[in-house]
Amino acid sequence: MPSTTTEPMLVARDLHKRFGEHEVLRGVSLTVGKGEVIAVIGPSGSGKSTFLRCLNHLENIDRGEVRIAGEALVTTTADGLCRYAPEAEARRICQRMGMVFQHFNLFPHLTVLQNLIEAPLTVKGLSRAEIEPLADELLRKVGLFAKRDAYPSRLSGGQKQRVAIARALAMAPDIMLFDEPTSALDPELTGEVLRSMRQLADEHMTMLVVTHEMSFARDVSTRTIFMDGGEIVEAGAPQELFGRPQQARTQAFLRHML
Amino acid sequence: MDYLFQILGPLLAGTGVTLQVFALTLLLAVPLGLGLALLRLSHWPLARTLVGGYVWLMRGTPLMLQMLFIYFALPFVPVIGIRLPDFPAAILAFVLNYAAYFAEIFRAGIQSVGKGQYEAAQVLGMSRAQTMRRIILPQMVKRILPPLSNETITLVKDTSLIYVLAMNDLLRAARGLVQRDFTTMPFVVAAAFYLVMTLLLTWGFARLEKKYAVYDD
Repeated sequence: MPSTTTEPMLVARDLHKRFGEHEVLRGVSLTVGKGEVIAVIGPSGSGKSTFLRCLNHLENIDRGEVRIAGEALVTTTADGLCRYAPEAEARRICQRMGMVFQHFNLFPHLTVLQNLIEAPLTVKGLSRAEIEPLADELLRKVGLFAKRDAYPSRLSGGQKQRVAIARALAMAPDIMLFDEPTSALDPELTGEVLRSMRQLADEHMTMLVVTHEMSFARDVSTRTIFMDGGEIVEAGAPQELFGRPQQARTQAFLRHML
Repeated sequence: MDYLFQILGPLLAGTGVTLQVFALTLLLAVPLGLGLALLRLSHWPLARTLVGGYVWLMRGTPLMLQMLFIYFALPFVPVIGIRLPDFPAAILAFVLNYAAYFAEIFRAGIQSVGKGQYEAAQVLGMSRAQTMRRIILPQMVKRILPPLSNETITLVKDTSLIYVLAMNDLLRAARGLVQRDFTTMPFVVAAAFYLVMTLLLTWGFARLEKKYAVYDD
């Protein structure tokens, strides 16, 4: 199914996921429109990272449905059978989403530039002449053009994470997923990463950000979601959610965080 | 000094045999070992079990026994039984044996690459094969160089086992001369030859390690 402008970028419906006895997701639903910046906050163990990882097939759900720009990554039949798209198809659908990890996961054996162009070359089959100018432009955007030929081990944590953002963008995704992108960084390095993310939001990239940075959620997100115990407890405009949280669990969490 | 020149001929001929066994084993056992390692890490339970059993068998019995079996006993095994001349029999035994050791080195190397690398490749849209070829295996190479160097040096010396099939490798040539001439000089020269070979290997691996030192994990 081709995507249309009215189609939401991402639809998650009633996601369920358990690790053994532990039920991590207990019916999470979310619809994300084009250009929305969604911050997902909540205590550790609330299922927010797992939720993100289920959206792009890093984890398999047990029940529910995920659609990316109208195309079904996974659906569940009426009798509860969870069906994923075939592997190549699933890979193509998930290519619409870029992801940034807590621990960067840069390829250590490749230079910064090579990290950016690896997937465009091998997955999209682009030529170096096609992708290198875009890669250089992305590196300038995150302020790391000077490091283009350095290996990741030479970079600071904040620089690594900005390269990771540029690497994800090099595949020209429609949605960017961030899994606690600043949690592994020293406090003085979080700012530069958050600035790159804010810039991306200003350019109307559709973003889903799992974060402990309350100020980023409050100032940048168009909608903030509070998760606890594997479900969405409360969601709304950040001014509302931070200013007048309705649920007791949200109030307790925010009191603790702010 | 004259004597030294006299024995150089047979010792060099023996070195030629040694180097042939060494090179052919390395050339064939490395790809076979990599294939075995990938099978052992595959999602196919039968392949994993079979490779595990194979590795156990090959590491659990002496190489010399395997060589003797292939040369003397294989012809009498039903269906697969064939009679091999001494050189192919020796190569077959070395390749089968060393592939098992190499497989374990490769497996450890592949498994030492973190899960995050697979996930990063996956979210960039890379297939399993692309991930293996472009991301995991290149990183494996750097990590396995020290154990691979170790195993390769062991191979140089293990080649002397082919004397049981009456082949004239370096050590057997030296022993022949010692017994003929009642002097241990050929042993000393043979030792020097082995040392030169391992020195070249050590140097080669050091260069490789240096090449891979441009990045840190």
